[in-house]
Amino acid sequence: MSAIRSAAPATGAAVRAALSGRRRDTVGIAFQVLLLASLLFSLAVLLVLIVDVLGRALPVFADRGFGFLTSPLSSNPAKAGVFQGIIGTAVLGLLVAILAFPLGLATAIYLEEYAEDTRFTRLVQINIRNLAGVPSVVYGLLGLSVFVALFDAIDGNGNGRTILAGGATLAVLVLPIVIITSIEALRAVPISIREAGYGVGASRWEVTRKLVLPSAAPGILTGTVLALSRALGETAPLVIAGAVLGSFSGLTFGTLFTGSYTALPMIVYDWSRRPQEAFRADAAAAIVVLLAITLFANGIAILLRNRSERTW
Amino acid sequence: MVQLATRPGAVDAPASPSAEVPAPGTMEPIIRLVDVSFYYSKFRAVKHVTLDFAPRKITALIGPSGCGKSTLLRTFNRMNDLIPGTRIEGRVLYHGLDLYARDVDPVEVRRRIGMVFQKANPFPKSIYDNVAFGPRINGFKGNLDDLVEDSLQRAALWNDVKDKLRQSGLALSGGQQQRLCIARAIATSPDVILMDEPCSALDPRATLQIEELMFELKENYTIVIVTHNMQQAARASDQTVFLNMDEDRAGYVVEQGPTAQLFTNPKNQITEDYVSGRFG
Repeated sequence: MSAIRSAAPATGAAVRAALSGRRRDTVGIAFQVLLLASLLFSLAVLLVLIVDVLGRALPVFADRGFGFLTSPLSSNPAKAGVFQGIIGTAVLGLLVAILAFPLGLATAIYLEEYAEDTRFTRLVQINIRNLAGVPSVVYGLLGLSVFVALFDAIDGNGNGRTILAGGATLAVLVLPIVIITSIEALRAVPISIREAGYGVGASRWEVTRKLVLPSAAPGILTGTVLALSRALGETAPLVIAGAVLGSFSGLTFGTLFTGSYTALPMIVYDWSRRPQEAFRADAAAAIVVLLAITLFANGIAILLRNRSERTW
Repeated sequence: MVQLATRPGAVDAPASPSAEVPAPGTMEPIIRLVDVSFYYSKFRAVKHVTLDFAPRKITALIGPSGCGKSTLLRTFNRMNDLIPGTRIEGRVLYHGLDLYARDVDPVEVRRRIGMVFQKANPFPKSIYDNVAFGPRINGFKGNLDDLVEDSLQRAALWNDVKDKLRQSGLALSGGQQQRLCIARAIATSPDVILMDEPCSALDPRATLQIEELMFELKENYTIVIVTHNMQQAARASDQTVFLNMDEDRAGYVVEQGPTAQLFTNPKNQITEDYVSGRFG
């Protein structure tokens, strides 16, 4: 290679010969096609799922209308509804948001803005990352042995399998996700903004509260959305931590926090195991309701995010 | 927390230099470094610096890359405190008070010794809120609108932005952003403004505007500027400090003096080599 050697004299003919006759970039095109194919495949899978579920669910909604949403659980597939599931899932979602969001955000702020970078804090961070990968069943066991036991003790009658125990279990399950995404969002705030704040005499808290958090808010909210969606779809931890699998009567607002509860994923799981074919359709309808609730929760969070994202 | 001396030349009281400042030569230094060494963990970045900074002068710190100019500058307002594992030896005196004394609050120090950074870093907020940020957190009681206008006037930015104070500070041009940062620094009424290569990302015209601005600001403020640009130091400063990197890679002061003298008639051979462009 003699890179330094000067090029051939740039006559018009030489330039034309060198620059014309462009060949096809075959590899590049092939790669682009492959990427598009991956995208289409994912979309197709999603589409098949939705079409399949909707196809089974629509007759149920057509037959029963809002009755399906307002009826309690029943062993008769023609009467069974998801009322308890909707209430359960909504309350669980609220509990997760109330418990996991402040706790996770505070942890992230401490680790990222306050704690010194020591071997200990690095160990803590690595472990939080590992916790995010722990199977959810394990959190169910934790919920059973800690929260259910705790509420057992408070109740005194061994009736700790309440929605509070379930919500606490799900909150702990998604806590690592909230912490990690919040840390990433805080870390993405440029150091120059912090320096500017300190430079005009802001304290650490003022820099965090007035400069770093507003800049990180969209990322933090996105993480919380992801965490919340995950929590709403979980079944395994709730099975272990005491949500009712099968029908139960009751559930009034008086016993909301002390009585039996269930959630939509539990109902879907229960109904799809039943022998009657009609429950299969009910399960599909319950899935549609769950999807709608998840979308609704995400929509709220996205709205919040967009409001905080008013970029300057 | 230590009550620092009230600063001359606060925003609301344009100072009359003759009344407060003694004749040159007898001036009390506003910042005095006594045998300052600075360490990043084990690495000594700056060693045995002893310097005086006269009030209401522009002092330029020049020297080759990595000689510790910025590090030294950031010891004046304890910005280096934010970097873990750093350590300072010696004393940094501000109006005679050791800034690193145990009971000195670094937050309070930074309100009086403002800073403008290499890359213009407006907050992602409106122009108005950028300038008002410092006064607000400092519990400013008074007419904030007037203070914002006054600070922007002093930073020679008012005419450019008076009709769009509610627009983003990030929408301004590079030179305007840097002047906004200067206005933001002025708004907390410091008496010293530290500038860390404030023009390195600006075009010649914007650079010249900043230099003219510095010239106006020195009526009321003491300015210490780190610059890579020797022409800038020669043009825009009263005093120049030349730092070089020793063989152990620690920066040290080679020579200091009035700018004209240091550039035209340096005492030290290394200084002469540097200012004439033979290295660095």
